[in-house]
Amino acid sequence: MKSENQPDLYMVSSSPHTHSGSSVERIMLDVLIALAPAFAASFYFFGLNAIRLTGTCVITCVVAEWLCRKAMKRTGSIGDLSAVVTGVLLAFNLPPSLPGWMAVAGSLFAITICKQLFGGLGYNVFNPALAARAFMLISFLVPMTKWSSSNWATSLASGAADAATGATPLGLIKEAVKAGDAIPHFGSETIMNLFTGNINGCIGETSALALLIGAAYLLFRKVITWHIPVAYIGTVFIYASILHIVSPATSVLPHIHLLSGGLLLGAFFMATDMVTSPITKRGMLIFGVGCGIITMVIRTVKTGDYPEGVSFAILLMNAVTPLINRGCRNRVFGTKS
Amino acid sequence: MENLILQSFIWIGLVGLVIGISLAVAARYLAVKEDPRIGELTDLLPGANCGGCGFAGCADYAKAIIVDNADITLCAPGGSECADAIASYLGVASKSVEKMTAIVLCSGDDSNSKRRFDYNGISDCAAAQATAGGDKSCSWGCLGYGSCARVCPVNAISIINGLAKVDKELCIACGKCIAVCPRKLIKLVPASAVIHVLCSSKDKGPVVKKVCSTGCIGCRLCTKFGDEGAFIMDGFLAKRDYSVAVTKEEVIDKCPAKCILKD
Amino acid sequence: MQTIKSPYNFRGGIHPDYHKELSSGAAIKRLPMPAVLSVPMSQHLGAPAKPCVKAGDVVQRGSIIGEQNGFISVPVHSPANGKVTAITDVSTASGRLCQAVTIECSEAGETLSMSPITLWKNTDRDELRARIGEAGVVGMGGAGFPTKVKLSPPMDKPIDTVILNGAECEPYLTSDHRMMIEHAKEIRIGAEIIRYILGAKTLRIAIEDNKPDAIKAMAEAFEGIDGDVAVTVLHTSYPQGSEKQQIYAVTGREVPRGGLPMDVGCVVENTSTTFAIYEAVVKGIPLIERVITVTGDAVAEPSNLLAPFGTSYQDLIDASGGFTNAKAAKVISGGPMMGFTVSSLDTPTGKTASGLLLLSKKRVTQYTSQACISCGRCVEACPMGLIPSELSQFIEADDAEGAEAISLMDCIECGSCAFVCPARRPLVQHMRRGKAIVMAKRAAAKH
Repeated sequence: MKSENQPDLYMVSSSPHTHSGSSVERIMLDVLIALAPAFAASFYFFGLNAIRLTGTCVITCVVAEWLCRKAMKRTGSIGDLSAVVTGVLLAFNLPPSLPGWMAVAGSLFAITICKQLFGGLGYNVFNPALAARAFMLISFLVPMTKWSSSNWATSLASGAADAATGATPLGLIKEAVKAGDAIPHFGSETIMNLFTGNINGCIGETSALALLIGAAYLLFRKVITWHIPVAYIGTVFIYASILHIVSPATSVLPHIHLLSGGLLLGAFFMATDMVTSPITKRGMLIFGVGCGIITMVIRTVKTGDYPEGVSFAILLMNAVTPLINRGCRNRVFGTKS
Repeated sequence: MENLILQSFIWIGLVGLVIGISLAVAARYLAVKEDPRIGELTDLLPGANCGGCGFAGCADYAKAIIVDNADITLCAPGGSECADAIASYLGVASKSVEKMTAIVLCSGDDSNSKRRFDYNGISDCAAAQATAGGDKSCSWGCLGYGSCARVCPVNAISIINGLAKVDKELCIACGKCIAVCPRKLIKLVPASAVIHVLCSSKDKGPVVKKVCSTGCIGCRLCTKFGDEGAFIMDGFLAKRDYSVAVTKEEVIDKCPAKCILKD
Repeated sequence: MQTIKSPYNFRGGIHPDYHKELSSGAAIKRLPMPAVLSVPMSQHLGAPAKPCVKAGDVVQRGSIIGEQNGFISVPVHSPANGKVTAITDVSTASGRLCQAVTIECSEAGETLSMSPITLWKNTDRDELRARIGEAGVVGMGGAGFPTKVKLSPPMDKPIDTVILNGAECEPYLTSDHRMMIEHAKEIRIGAEIIRYILGAKTLRIAIEDNKPDAIKAMAEAFEGIDGDVAVTVLHTSYPQGSEKQQIYAVTGREVPRGGLPMDVGCVVENTSTTFAIYEAVVKGIPLIERVITVTGDAVAEPSNLLAPFGTSYQDLIDASGGFTNAKAAKVISGGPMMGFTVSSLDTPTGKTASGLLLLSKKRVTQYTSQACISCGRCVEACPMGLIPSELSQFIEADDAEGAEAISLMDCIECGSCAFVCPARRPLVQHMRRGKAIVMAKRAAAKH
């Protein structure tokens, strides 16, 4: 006897019929939660600028994605929260005094050109937030490298001039090397500032502490694995250590490199972007090492003008990812390696 | 400053000129010798590159005509106009080509023929067919997941209420939809024909009635009331013999299942 | 009798919620004989049996109603006394169309059995193999491979290890679990018969560590057995019950690509099949019934029913208290990872159907086919070391050759990849589609 509350039709599909419960939205939400400490830190140090920039980027990204999908006659995709994540990550890569319209331009570039024109989430080759940052660095070089002082900026090195000019630690090093001066000595107070975020820089990248808390959450939720961050940071550490051992006068201690620039933000949140990084563990390690080497080359090669190498390093490795994926396949069960 | 701009103009201009001349020289002396008739014949073809003729595009078909004496009536989109043009170009007698069109021989949309389960998976007819035999309650009818619509090079097929329908005006009779349909429902028929039996079910009448309200029940009334020979029976399924025209259109009303329809 | 902890763990695999407690405590209950049985002729891998009865014939429980049809085939026996009313066409759970013998069952009568072979230790091995074949025994773990053929490896493939597959790694299912607890002694005799036929030195009973009562029961039953025998406790991980993965977990040997367990000297036999071997040889009873777990959140009293083949799903559900208020969205023959969904409750059971799963909507996957985000979870989960995301993208683009080049044909369709995919892609359906295209091409190339 069939009971009345049976559905009219049973669902038929290919196996499996049960699921772990994961979803793209949940992954993106976890990333946003992991970025929350860094957002709190950015508000603490940079005040309303942080909110202004983050809000501008997020809103522009979401609206741009919605419009693109409509114009391209594809199903709406803003529900998967990836546009929000792109907006937040892009904002975190911007200096606090950046004019709003530049943030809008960058966000439009990130979503429209780097993401939707490739086909949407999953089809992009480059990390949209980083590609937009590169676009903005090239188009708006001066505003993108002008660091207005943070709320509680204190003197970084032996001279007090930097607090006013708003230079970052890496910037200071660059200037000193260019001028032929001895590199500034960073005392333990500076290290503490670098760690908590009490320095000049882009609004999301300054607080190592906040970023590490977020990274721990991502690892716990298994959104990222240790492979890329450890390979990236490890390579930077080893490279910087070798440099320092070889030429202590012109290179800082390795942990300065770890705590400066967007390294932690890049290693934990940008390089680990799933779509644009390799899919096997071996590939991830190679990717991390490559990012580390390129970052250090850009940061320390004397003729270059760029104090920061993380964005370009990751973008270059994004381009190599398909090749890494092809070369780093796993051994199939039952075959010789 | 002015000098710089002028200089840039001159230099770029010179470089362009040099490259242009090199290209012109190369086009003349390094050109691949090809029978010029192939190029001229290609221009006579519609240029859809649909592959319906069986060759890899219009240029390939033109080459086959010149080199291998391929049949000049193979271009379905071009139709008689094209065949005549080719014939007159080659100086041979033309053969008549009847304009064909594809038609989906099924009228069981979601109102007429219910689904027997809720299919969840790849939205592709072959994949749906492979999943427990397809979710349509009629095992012969159109599954409506649009594989034919996706493969049509001229977007002539639309899926309306779970049933595929070919727009006769747009169809170029290339045959791609026919190849992709897992139930072999689509047939090529003369475009001039307007009366069709829109059913492909070979099941017995009572079985058909259970699963579709517009399926052919094999009552044979069309063979009685239609023109002699226009409708023939294949077991329990009525079929049109398109070599015989239908003049007695009352056969449409005589069909109890309402599966004979006029375009 | 020693209990070994498996020193190996196959790469990949997943850990779904098992929900075995719904039925693992339910003792096996014999289903009262249904009024009508529709016994399918195809309950195994290979050619379906040919019906050798017609409408009107009287059949006896245990008599042959379908004859073996070829080498890879087995006969089908009547599970009931009664009268044949029709030979119909049915769609089995796997969607395969085949003939079925419909029997109107009458009151219990005599079972037609073959002569018991109690002195099997002194019986010719080929005679034992023939008996197993005549009894229609097939692999009851799901594949349905004729056991007689499995127990007849060629001379150049000596078998040194017999593994009893008591993993039952699919969530929800508990039929093997209850068999091990309640029929451990018979399974022991069946295992000894298998070991004798193959001349193997080593016997391992592989059980996952989420079944401590079964481990205890089997260890006790095998007490005092001679030779190298042990219970290997496996890490609970899906698909631990997959032959290749299990051989690796127990012995550390990897079955080579395209090969069979006999290539590494092993034979794996499901515990329910082992019981069926005991019944066939020692009691002379052919394979006519099996324990099937009826479970899920949409059925009122999850149970392990001993049901004759050809029982309709409706009868099984009625005997399990009927549906709960949670509407059953899916009716699954087998487990949730590799089972087949059916659209009708008239589907009959067969030798390989170990479970009937009624799941409500909130427990089933809704595939959406979003774009792959390359998160890599499928790569982590795949027990065969493949890259399911890349394979599915190739197949979506209709490039079956590209997929074949990156080891599509090594896929065992376990479903681990689709289980973890956050984009809810129907990965196994893609694999099956790709494999079908490749097989069709290979078949066409042969001609």
